[in-house]
Amino acid sequence: MGAESSIVNFTSLQKRYGDGPLILDEINLRVEPDDFVSFIGPSGCGKSTVLKLVSGLSPWTAGELTVAGMKPREARDRQAFIFQDATLLPWLTAQLNVELPLRLRGVAAKERIGRARRMLALVGLAGAGGYYPRQLSGGMKMRVSIARALTLTPQLLLLDEPFGALDEMTRNRLNEELLALRAHSPFTVMFVTHSVAEAVFLSNRIVVMSADPGRFHAEVRVDFPDPRRPELRTKPEFQAKVNEVSHLLHEVEIPVPA
Amino acid sequence: MKKDPRFPRWMPPVLSGLIFVALWYGIRVGSGLKSWILPTPWEIIGAAWDERSLLLPAAGHTALGALGGFLLAAGFGFFVSLLLGVSGVLRAGLYPWLLVLQMVPVIVLTPIIILWAGPGMPGIITITWLISFFPIVANLTQGLLSTDRNQVALFRMCNASRFQEMWFLRVPSALPYYLGGLRIAATLAPIGAIFGEYMVGNSAGGSGGLGFLVYSYNTQIKIPALFATALASCLLGFLFVAAVSGLNWSLLHRWHDSFERNDH
Repeated sequence: MGAESSIVNFTSLQKRYGDGPLILDEINLRVEPDDFVSFIGPSGCGKSTVLKLVSGLSPWTAGELTVAGMKPREARDRQAFIFQDATLLPWLTAQLNVELPLRLRGVAAKERIGRARRMLALVGLAGAGGYYPRQLSGGMKMRVSIARALTLTPQLLLLDEPFGALDEMTRNRLNEELLALRAHSPFTVMFVTHSVAEAVFLSNRIVVMSADPGRFHAEVRVDFPDPRRPELRTKPEFQAKVNEVSHLLHEVEIPVPA
Repeated sequence: MKKDPRFPRWMPPVLSGLIFVALWYGIRVGSGLKSWILPTPWEIIGAAWDERSLLLPAAGHTALGALGGFLLAAGFGFFVSLLLGVSGVLRAGLYPWLLVLQMVPVIVLTPIIILWAGPGMPGIITITWLISFFPIVANLTQGLLSTDRNQVALFRMCNASRFQEMWFLRVPSALPYYLGGLRIAATLAPIGAIFGEYMVGNSAGGSGGLGFLVYSYNTQIKIPALFATALASCLLGFLFVAAVSGLNWSLLHRWHDSFERNDH
């Protein structure tokens, strides 16, 4: 596919903070519209920074980066960001949290309320709109956060270790729900994670990064057919992929001094 | 706060109060001090009853001055904090001078204020405002600058305007700070009003209030009545703090962690 069709396009990109050390170096990547790309690597490899650059929250130093053919900042209304902590506003109910992006864009109250309700129902929280964040479990908060991100029907969803703080059962469940939501209305995903199994289960592409400075070490294609069922996790071919990615991670990991 | 299941909520403060009164009484009896140096609690309550025709309207007068100054401080504090929160330049330019204003002892400024505003309510309100606005500004400004970074990023991602970011994010997230500042101001406002009245009481045309009674009882050496005035001031202060606590509860209990129930 050509550069015109890709939604995110990195060309020889470099990033450093001020006069500090190089954070990212020689980043080249094309993300296609139907991609689910996961980024995995040792901490400090700059994988979260990759998402910040795409969202326009942080500038880069050299090279090129376009989102939907535009500068990242100009493409903000095509993307949504999900943070590790659900980042809900604690003084708003779940319903009002989901309405927030619509409210900030000046969507009329009636449409806003209806859309937020539908989104909450879609993430399985139809009855929970009236609850405040502190009344919700970690998994429920993250579902609200996902609903909020999807109210504007973004083309591109950026997730920065979204399920890292959750227990494994909740995490698996949310992984499956995320894929179901994507089947319901397609969007491109860039996903930062520490979990190899999660990356293998979700993605069609996994980028393994190395640190100091952050570079793309290798890319692994994952071509399990959709829809991916929970049983996939127990299949030998799944385990083989996990091993392959883990092996690549060992190559970039800084060895523990003996 | 953690609730101890062994005691009902009202018991610890009532018990400590009773112990305090018993100690007071013990010291008075044991030391043989005269009533006009240390009156017993009953003598104070008796004096309060005897002086009720003076104390009650004076307390009302003080309450009015304190309330006026408090509301002025709450509004002024909110507005100034917004300015300080919006712009780093304004913050750098104004904050040191607000601090200087706070550093100048009110006792120095009071005669000047009375000179300018006269010995009536406007002067009292100005003094009360002066003594109670700073904790509001300090707290709220801190709150406006403490917004969660990811929440700010979320607003940026939604292309929110500066106004939207301030009004829908920074102000509500700083609300607990504002209320904390108001609570401190509520304890200071009656003190400010009484102090103002005390100073005014000295000049011609003093218009009453608990501060004026302090001045007047003091010159008459009516010591139990002086203690009764202190009691009335305490009650007034409690009323102010209780009102802010009520406001605090009604605005925060639904969502803020400080109202998290233990059994949740």
